[in-house]
Amino acid sequence: MAEEVVLLDFWPSPFGMRSRIALAEKGIKYEHKEEDLRNKSALLLQMNPVHKKIPVLIHNGKPVCESLIQVQYIDEVWHDKAPLLPSDPYQKATARFWADYVDKKIYEVGGRVWKTKGEKQATAKKELIETLKLLEKELGDKPYFGGESLGYVDVAFIPFYSWFYALEKCGNFSIEAECPKLIAWAKRCMQKESVAKSLPDQQKVYDFILEMKKHFGIE
Amino acid sequence: MAVVKLFGAWLSPYCYRVIWALKLKGIAYEYIEEDLSNKSPLLLQYNPIHKKIPVLLHDDKPICESTVILRYIDEIWPQNPLLPADPHERAVALFWIKFADDKSPLISKLFRTDGEEQQAVAKECFEMLEVLEEHALIGGKKFFGGDEINMVDIAFCSVAHWLGVIEDFAGLKIFEPHKFPRLNSWIQNFKSVPVIKDNLPDTDKMLALLKRRREMLLASKSS
Repeated sequence: MAEEVVLLDFWPSPFGMRSRIALAEKGIKYEHKEEDLRNKSALLLQMNPVHKKIPVLIHNGKPVCESLIQVQYIDEVWHDKAPLLPSDPYQKATARFWADYVDKKIYEVGGRVWKTKGEKQATAKKELIETLKLLEKELGDKPYFGGESLGYVDVAFIPFYSWFYALEKCGNFSIEAECPKLIAWAKRCMQKESVAKSLPDQQKVYDFILEMKKHFGIE
Repeated sequence: MAVVKLFGAWLSPYCYRVIWALKLKGIAYEYIEEDLSNKSPLLLQYNPIHKKIPVLLHDDKPICESTVILRYIDEIWPQNPLLPADPHERAVALFWIKFADDKSPLISKLFRTDGEEQQAVAKECFEMLEVLEEHALIGGKKFFGGDEINMVDIAFCSVAHWLGVIEDFAGLKIFEPHKFPRLNSWIQNFKSVPVIKDNLPDTDKMLALLKRRREMLLASKSS
């Protein structure tokens, strides 16, 4: 049966990037549809009526919403290539815990770094570094969070690397200085075609953030 | 034989999610009640990142975060499966479980706030109920899981029990049966399931504790 896979996406979205990477890892051909979030398509509103957000994965006409759920779905359906989740239940639970941690912390804290200034921004920067250091500790000496190969937590987390340059410029700090092992991990991930092709250029992301700041009236 | 231990707190809906899953699967476990105002060194050792309950200990290996625990339990003990086998149906179930996880904190926020802030939270709660009524329970199913409860039903326990108690306590009326007929049927059905009915925190005890906690909260705010 011909598989029809569509991804409704928005280029700077780290959540969209997760699904892009998973699809690329599995070598799945799909149609990429870029959404204008100020003018959402009828298809998006129909496929994600609850949140009206991207990314949405549409497989043979049926939608899957929420990026981590998409990654798990892709891993299950196309299970014969490049497994992302470990098969051992305890290791799986550990991977889910850390992906959940990334979900809870990085986007919100990172957001505060570029959206605020003064003391609020200083607090946000401190929290971000603490969060990244915890993740760096969890990585340890492994080449990837998934061990010898790219795994679920790597896919969940690496998209945020494309935002690091923008955060560093906005916050006037260096993430590499604080978390060198994490940056080494990120660069290792970027060597993979599936990741390199799925992440936007960091300067482009920075320009996007500057536009957002103007739009929201943040200096 | 593997030993299963659960660190919990009698008031926490997240703790009950795990209790119900273990009971539905017929798994024997030792329950350890945590005093959340004085967390044990063991809890801090097993959950150093979040320092929260519930924590499941299986063969001395800790698992944290209730949804992660539920999925682990479902995989280790496959009898009475709590998620659909079909990948797309499972993705839909996981979507609603995430929705429950994202929105449930609103319910406890209701009792921690007052005045305008509480009204804003109440409005968000109402909108959450509207989404459930309109999108989640379509198809005339008895439970989210179909004829039997599954992980999605368990995940929405805050709506089924904790919301009502907090509404009573705070004198709010967010959930009205006539406005949410599907949700109302689901709540009645859910709370009639023996494993749920026999394992719910006592309403009077909850109200008494909520009252004490709120008094402490307001006292610390004004000091």
